[in-house]
Amino acid sequence: MPIKHPNLKLSRLTDALPAWAGDIAVDDLRAVCRQVHDGGGRLVALWGSDVRQCGGGFKLHVVLINETGLVCLNVPLHAEHPNYPDISDIFPAANRMQRAAYDLLGICAQEGHDHRKWLRHGAWRSGSFPLRKDFDAAASRTVEADDYPFVQVEGQGVHEIPVGPVHAGIIEPGHFRFSIIGERVLRLEERLGYVHKGIEKRFERMSLQQGAKLAGRVSGDSTVAYAWAYAMAAEGIAKVTPSNNALWMRALLLERERVANHLGDLGYLGNDVALSFGFAQFWILKEQVLRNNATLFGHRYLMDAIVPGGVAVHLSIEGKHIIEQECDMLEQQVRILRGIYDEHAGVQDRFIGTGVVTPKLAAQLGLCGLAGRASAQAWDARVQFACAPYDKLDVQMATYRNGDVAARVIVRFDELFESLRLQREILARLVSDDAAPVLLERLPANGFGIGMVEGWRGEVMVAIHTDAQGGLARVHPHDPSWQNWPLLEHAIIDNIVPDFPLINKSFNLSYTGQDL
Amino acid sequence: MYQILKQIVKTGIKTETPPQADGSMRLVEQRLQQAILEAFGGALAIRQVDAGSCNGCELEIHAVNNAYYNIEGLGIKFVASPRHADLLLVTGPVSRHMELALKRTYDATPEPKLVVAIGDCACDGGIFGSGDADGSGENYATCGKVSNVIPVDVVVSGCPPAPTAILQGILTAISARK
Ligand code: SF4
Repeated sequence: MPIKHPNLKLSRLTDALPAWAGDIAVDDLRAVCRQVHDGGGRLVALWGSDVRQCGGGFKLHVVLINETGLVCLNVPLHAEHPNYPDISDIFPAANRMQRAAYDLLGICAQEGHDHRKWLRHGAWRSGSFPLRKDFDAAASRTVEADDYPFVQVEGQGVHEIPVGPVHAGIIEPGHFRFSIIGERVLRLEERLGYVHKGIEKRFERMSLQQGAKLAGRVSGDSTVAYAWAYAMAAEGIAKVTPSNNALWMRALLLERERVANHLGDLGYLGNDVALSFGFAQFWILKEQVLRNNATLFGHRYLMDAIVPGGVAVHLSIEGKHIIEQECDMLEQQVRILRGIYDEHAGVQDRFIGTGVVTPKLAAQLGLCGLAGRASAQAWDARVQFACAPYDKLDVQMATYRNGDVAARVIVRFDELFESLRLQREILARLVSDDAAPVLLERLPANGFGIGMVEGWRGEVMVAIHTDAQGGLARVHPHDPSWQNWPLLEHAIIDNIVPDFPLINKSFNLSYTGQDL
Repeated sequence: MYQILKQIVKTGIKTETPPQADGSMRLVEQRLQQAILEAFGGALAIRQVDAGSCNGCELEIHAVNNAYYNIEGLGIKFVASPRHADLLLVTGPVSRHMELALKRTYDATPEPKLVVAIGDCACDGGIFGSGDADGSGENYATCGKVSNVIPVDVVVSGCPPAPTAILQGILTAISARK
């Protein structure tokens, strides 16, 4: 049991993960958060739900993690005054999540100092809340101008550069406001939410299997991680365990997603420091992985390959050989390219010391995933909370202390090689069974489940609440970008503006994953 | 340097033959005169706008830049400003929060201009559901397909469409009506 509190009764959620859930009164929330924080724990996710139709009010859900596992605190809130105490002073990452929970559901963190909107721009009226069950979309339409009070930096010679939402490149949209003096960045403020497309509301009308497709499109570059986390949450509620073969296959797909993304990023990171050779080379390798995905699994990015209950793909003996050969080829090629990056003075000069996040700051603000590991935050769900089949794989975690672009590059290289090793191990144990997968079509009523998977960017979590008929009452997908975007604001300080694209790329965070 | 050159020689040339234009992808009659198409002179500048995608379509748009598809080899390049662009490549269902930015980008693109909508979401709202320009759609947060917001010449379906399909869409947009 990860935490103890006299008023908290926890029950185990799923066999796949060490995860528990329990109700706690609003007055006890801060004490529990404080306890987890002081024990070295972190905040994973925060969202709300509307349970007024079931005779309740609203609920706040807070997922915390410490070295023994995950705990989901369910906090009942009053129907008329759904308020709860601010926890962003304990977990700074809560700030944007609390603001988003207000925008979408109208539950309010009191005593907080930052009540600015976050996900709402001008698409619906203030005072109306899309995730309330009685939300009226037509009546909530508005053409009100979207004004947002950015923090102003004053002083002699300080000026602002606003960038976006449409960026100069093939990038997702978001707004960045730099306050600079000369070329030096004094402050960066992000404004996101531009690609908010009502994903959480969409889930409410979907069947379980349709929802799996949508979960796989919360952030396309992490489709495997989301689909797996969603399936894990559903399987936890239904109390079913997929076949061993399906679990091995999921891990294979997840590692392939990691490899493809790392290859792409390593190419772009070379490109951003004027080594276009790096882009050309890494993207040839990435393309080969994608083509193998298309041949073997029918989709270049592996969308819809994982479904609640199992997997929708098979791998033949020849298919295994193709992947083995691909792993050998990548191992050899990436070693050569790593050597070139390591010895290229121009590349190293731009990578080293750029965009630093110190381990102390990373710990304070809750940096996670790949970027966290580059700043000495040793969290990797495949290691600490190894869900099957990772419990049989002994994943080696890659961590560094420097927290600069160079460290984030090294972590990518190390994880790429580790993923190749893992793929080989998985292939050795994957037995092709031709048994048709038992797909999960419906879930039990009034259930709650969470799934968490270490995607290439960091931990991806999905929570599912079912209604009295077993339908999807509420699905909350959580991207690690929520935690990491605020750190980018710190990483750029005192760097020069032209280094922003490089620093940004070294994090490569998802916009759509947090805009929802 | 020696290592780099060695690697380049060893890698060789990966570029494949580009696809042919396909009239069935065309949404509207060719709006541009043959003469103007010739004026593009085979050199086409594209501005990509993510108007609300899940970023899956962006992955494939990145891929058309790789050595296999080598879009730059066809004289087509991605530019940083709509003012330099001949063609907008738009993805996503258009989120309401991007509606204005997309319109502004369109307005800032000089005539003659072309718009290619990439992906199922851009074609009809896809998995995120139809939204309608007047807000009567299934999703409170999106305007649905791109043509609900700006005029579209060519649509490329797929989730996400493969790089060859994207290339084909672009080539269809700039090819004259047969
Ligand atoms: S078409 Fe598919 S890949 Fe493209 S934005 Fe839509 S969901 Fe994502």
